[in-house]
Amino acid sequence: MAAHLTNGRVNLNILREAARKELREFLDKCAGTKAIVWDEYLTGPFGLIAQYSLLKEHEVEKMFTLKGGRLPPADVKNIIFFVRPRLELMDIIAENVFSDKTNSRDFHILFVPRRSMLCEQRLKEQGVQGSFTNIDEYILDLIPYDGDLLSMESESAFRECYLENDQTSLYHTAKGLMTLQALYGTIPQIYGKGECARHVANMMLRMKREFAGSQNQILPVFDTLLLLDRNVDLLTPLATQLTYEGLIDEIYGITNGYVKLPPEKFAQKKQGEGSKDLPTEPKKLQLNSAEELYAEIRDKNFNAVGAALSKKAKIISAAFEERHNAKTVGEIKQFVSQLPHMQAARSSLANHTSIAELIKDITTSEAFFDNLTVEQEFMTGVDTDKVNTYIEDCIAQKAPLIKVLRLVCMQSVCSNGLKQKVLDFYKREILQTYGYEHMLTLNNLEKTGLLKPQTSSRNNYPTIRKTLKLWMEDANEQTPNDISYVYSGYAPLSIRLTQVLARPGWRSIEEVLKMLPGPHFEERQQLPAGLHKKRQQGENRTTLVFFLGGVTYAEIAALRFLSQMEDSGMEYIIATTKLINGSSWVKSLMDHPETQCP
Amino acid sequence: MAFITANWNPLGEAFYRKVELYDMSWVLRDGLRDSLVAAAPYGGPIAMMKESRCLSPSVRPQLEIYTASGVIMATFPWKSGPVVLLGWSVSDELLCVQQDGTVLVYDLTGAFQRHFSMGQEVVQSHVMEAKVFHSPYGTGIAIVTGSSHFTLATNIDELKLRRLPEVPGLQGSPSCWAVLNQDRQTKVLLANGPDLYLLDNTSCTAVVPPGVSPQGSVFVHMAVSFSYKYLALFTDTGHLWTGHAHLQDKLSEVDTKIRSPPKQMVWCRRPKSQQPSVVVMWDRLLLVAGICNDTIQYPLEEQCVCVGELDGVRLVSPSRHELLQEVPLVCEEIFKIASMSPGALLLEAHKEYQKSSQKADEYLREIKEQGMLGEAVRQCVEAAGHEHDTHTQKALLRAASFGKCFLTNLSPEAFVGVCRDLRVLNAVRDPSIGIPITHTQYKQMTVQVLIDRLVYRRLHPLAIEVCRYLKTPEYQGVSRILRHWACTKVQQKGDSDDVIVRCISSRLAEAPGISYSHIASKAYDSGRTELAIKLLDYEARSGEQVPLLLKMKRSQLALSKAIESGDTDLVYTVVSYVKNEMNRGDFFMTLRNQPVALSLYRQFCKLQEQETLKDLYNQDDDHQELANYYVSASYREKRLESRLSVLQSAVDEYNKAKNEFSAKATEEEMRLLRFQRKLDDEKGAGLLGLSLQATMEALLASGLQKQADHLYRDFRVSDKRYWWLKLRSLAEKEEWEELEKFSKGKKSPVGYLPFVEVCMKRSNKYEAKKYVTKVTPEQRVRAHLAVGDVEGAAEAAIERRSEAEIGAVISHCSSSSQRLLLDKLQRALATANRK
Repeated sequence: MAAHLTNGRVNLNILREAARKELREFLDKCAGTKAIVWDEYLTGPFGLIAQYSLLKEHEVEKMFTLKGGRLPPADVKNIIFFVRPRLELMDIIAENVFSDKTNSRDFHILFVPRRSMLCEQRLKEQGVQGSFTNIDEYILDLIPYDGDLLSMESESAFRECYLENDQTSLYHTAKGLMTLQALYGTIPQIYGKGECARHVANMMLRMKREFAGSQNQILPVFDTLLLLDRNVDLLTPLATQLTYEGLIDEIYGITNGYVKLPPEKFAQKKQGEGSKDLPTEPKKLQLNSAEELYAEIRDKNFNAVGAALSKKAKIISAAFEERHNAKTVGEIKQFVSQLPHMQAARSSLANHTSIAELIKDITTSEAFFDNLTVEQEFMTGVDTDKVNTYIEDCIAQKAPLIKVLRLVCMQSVCSNGLKQKVLDFYKREILQTYGYEHMLTLNNLEKTGLLKPQTSSRNNYPTIRKTLKLWMEDANEQTPNDISYVYSGYAPLSIRLTQVLARPGWRSIEEVLKMLPGPHFEERQQLPAGLHKKRQQGENRTTLVFFLGGVTYAEIAALRFLSQMEDSGMEYIIATTKLINGSSWVKSLMDHPETQCP
Repeated sequence: MAFITANWNPLGEAFYRKVELYDMSWVLRDGLRDSLVAAAPYGGPIAMMKESRCLSPSVRPQLEIYTASGVIMATFPWKSGPVVLLGWSVSDELLCVQQDGTVLVYDLTGAFQRHFSMGQEVVQSHVMEAKVFHSPYGTGIAIVTGSSHFTLATNIDELKLRRLPEVPGLQGSPSCWAVLNQDRQTKVLLANGPDLYLLDNTSCTAVVPPGVSPQGSVFVHMAVSFSYKYLALFTDTGHLWTGHAHLQDKLSEVDTKIRSPPKQMVWCRRPKSQQPSVVVMWDRLLLVAGICNDTIQYPLEEQCVCVGELDGVRLVSPSRHELLQEVPLVCEEIFKIASMSPGALLLEAHKEYQKSSQKADEYLREIKEQGMLGEAVRQCVEAAGHEHDTHTQKALLRAASFGKCFLTNLSPEAFVGVCRDLRVLNAVRDPSIGIPITHTQYKQMTVQVLIDRLVYRRLHPLAIEVCRYLKTPEYQGVSRILRHWACTKVQQKGDSDDVIVRCISSRLAEAPGISYSHIASKAYDSGRTELAIKLLDYEARSGEQVPLLLKMKRSQLALSKAIESGDTDLVYTVVSYVKNEMNRGDFFMTLRNQPVALSLYRQFCKLQEQETLKDLYNQDDDHQELANYYVSASYREKRLESRLSVLQSAVDEYNKAKNEFSAKATEEEMRLLRFQRKLDDEKGAGLLGLSLQATMEALLASGLQKQADHLYRDFRVSDKRYWWLKLRSLAEKEEWEELEKFSKGKKSPVGYLPFVEVCMKRSNKYEAKKYVTKVTPEQRVRAHLAVGDVEGAAEAAIERRSEAEIGAVISHCSSSSQRLLLDKLQRALATANRK
């Protein structure tokens, strides 16, 4: 069921099992039949930890979505609320509890990921705190997504840290890393870049001191931890991802490992049936490395996906042809035993061919091409100091605001700020076209540094670009030799930093590091005697790269590429507060005053 | 060693022995007569006090606390009311149950800890009798009052009094009673003359034990075994009935022929033994009665107290302290006269070996022939654990070690384990420490508890030695002991704060995982706030410091510690505490000095208290944020006038913040709103709330060209945008003539490709073609392609010799019908390439 978690270098299933164990223990605490009332946001992440079958085994008979008013009828002994510690949710819970007249039920709350005094206070004020038999917390910080990927799925982490100066998510990060260390051993080396990274590292070191004495005796699995602030590299997420997985996310959005696709392409074509009853429900697909084909193609540049798919198609049809060669009963038996696997491969191939077709329709469009051209101009430093005509046209044609914001921010980031005149022009255009309510959004973007007026006379982006080789003119999309293939030319800054850290080390780029915001640092954590790894010749080191504020699929692809490079000597495991793309990221920074209720 | 069986007495198939534990070092003037005596199980301390009824009212009795070896630990005059019972809790606290139902709790040093009451009604009716009992839930107390009511508390640390139902026909106190623990419930069994009753929470049931003879005899004494499994009843006819505590099975009945009621009756039973027995004590006689009809009788010279243990009974007399127990099976097998068990042979072999006699080999051979050498070693090791005499221990262990030499694959764990255990046991059994626990008890109570016991007695150095010797993880061992030491240290009066802090920090510096906050809270509890604050400085976990700091009203400090911890919920906790404690001004000032707390509080206000948010910005003169606040607030206003006035405030604040752009933009917004309102009123256009662009769009769509133009000029809309808007609107309405007119007017700032595109959007190729020629050369290929004129596109592309454009055209050609064109393009491409 969770095979995709165990096939990586680090067995992340241990983490999942630990989380499941804790869940079971909590459920068993509430004796008798149960109904779970879900904070809707949590269902996705929870799905990665436990399916309904696990809950059912522990007498969970009903599940509801948390909403105001009365609870739906359910003949159960226990009602358990699974919620994030948010005040507004407490009010809803209070309403639910008040309207329950049966009096024979036990109520419980499970806070995810941590209980909060503030929320309990609110329950008390509402006069319902006494109604709860159990108020507990379910510490779910890092959720395993794939064999090499962990996410906290904290949607607003970037906004909270960089805009609102609320470091709650960093505290959870530090706690999550402590949990990880409890399961996988102390990580001896910590590197970091950025204010938040520093803060997390400080908290980790502090927590380690606090728990001194109760140290675990586990041989460390990770050699290094690299903490990276998202605001060290604001550029990468703004650019359109060009890997297969990245494009799926850009176009359709991947949430909690699932994507919803337009159903037309997936209609079952049966003979004799017209196309009249096309499915109307979107097609939902799970995407992870458990699917062999997907694992193979997801990190490829999209331009290389077609070739990979057709190669696969040949292999599969050849495999099916085998049956003609099977003569003896034994051979036929062997063929039949492989059938399920082959059929799965074939349907997987069909799915991905359909997805690739869908994406191709978009990537071959002029609009996509124009957009990409402008992005690449910015990244290479062409005309970044003037108002860009394409952006102007986009605004004039009322292109989606997020698209416009992505481009404007990108221009700003690539030129270390826009000239005041240019900035004001863009802002005016946006306000007049999309409405004045976006003033707050623009302010937010300015506060986080995504959008800013040029202050210093020097634009150091070109220096950074040259030193870190962020633009590779001849990116090879088919058989890549550098990470720049993920953006067809642009090598993500964050991943370059990671790459340089592994070899030759950050000392070689001190100058550039100083140009990027926030401090960079190195810390060592003492290991208990006897736990120092004796490395075998040629054995790879393992680095956990933690992106504070989000990471894109293209960056993940780039890191996977580095892991696979033969001479890198380094395996990467990726962790983040949230899997993002440019749009979801910019969206999280937007304010919508017009939609708030008076 | 030859006399090892000298003090063994047979009872049925088992043997009983009395092991001398200590010669008591106390000197008791009147012996144990007329005293309340409480001796805690597991070799615990002994408390003693003269019974008040034996003293003249003016004399205050002395309460004395001794170790099991009779070393005094504390003594003080009893100043409170008359005491009915003394008892010990599981954590070595002395419980003194007074006649009025108050229970006073003292620690081992005689320091008063706390008190609680067994109920209000008891003050009147008085406690007649009381019993302290232990169960998995902790230490409990049961009392019976003068009005024959039973009240129970199962755990004195979480006091919940339960009054049991009344017993029919009971006057005064029952003839005897006991507390039972059955099916996770605490019950009381009592005898009223010949009748037995079982009391539980809700009911009183009459019970009859099977086979009591003679019928109708009165029960005068009863005893429950250590594990609550067995029950013994003594009748006025001198019969001792034993059976299971659930009163369904009888074990035996013995006629003791002594009719006077016994002073004490205690079960004496080794775990797993099939032969439980009861020790019954009278003034001059101690009698052990088992299942068989045999008894052992020991004459008593002095008044004794019996203390029931897990695996025996301890007898405390004024002069000595003995352990009476069933001889453990392995000891019996090894030491029984003429025993031929492998262990006995091995012991003998080793003895001979030491004498350099070849008989050693003979014995060894005999064991080996039976293939029992492993068993022999096991027996010696196990027996060593059960022996109190160190010489015997040594002899057995040496024999085991000797036997081990002839075995290749024996796991040494048991041997090493017992050696370690014995080392610890011998250390704590030493008369100066006085904890005479057996190996069985030690295993049952665990090292952790033993260390706790040492710590309660303030034997910190020994406890630390034990931990270091057993290599207990520091966190559970040394650190815990040091913490306790520090807690006692801070309660010592006399030393100055600095001396204590220095002393504690130097001693604790090395130890990991020490909770300084715990120590500090102890200091605070004993009234030393300053000391507590100084100690808190050493606490590594900021989170732990906060609650205590708040308790001590150091909220500022608490706030900065909370921030240090990084735990935002903790920061919220302090903030909400401070908010309630201070006036608003001070509160804001406090926040101002703590930016992290301030931004968290802002977050909170954003969701919960918008008005406070405004005040916060106001006080900080944060005009920018204040302006943003007004902008956001303006959307909550329903009426246009109030909305405009809120926006005006935003403008003012933006101006103060020197944010010219935002001020202007907001003014623009207000202007737009007014315009929209005016037009809505005049024409019912439904514009309010639309963006400027959308407004102009709507105006153009409904033919209000003039008003749209007005907005275009008034808001200095960029030409490009307006052109786009206009030509799109014209195309939408299919006003092709107007469009053409428009194209011929001012030179288009957006070029002419958009004209082509809007026409094509309405699929009007004819109109679109009109504009293709006007398009700049750079876009001409695209324009041709847009109208589907591939040949034109090809021409334009070839003319421009652009590789990319030729390629684009090629991709639009269908290979079958346009072969010629394709060839032409290919050639052009080749030449372009060559360049």
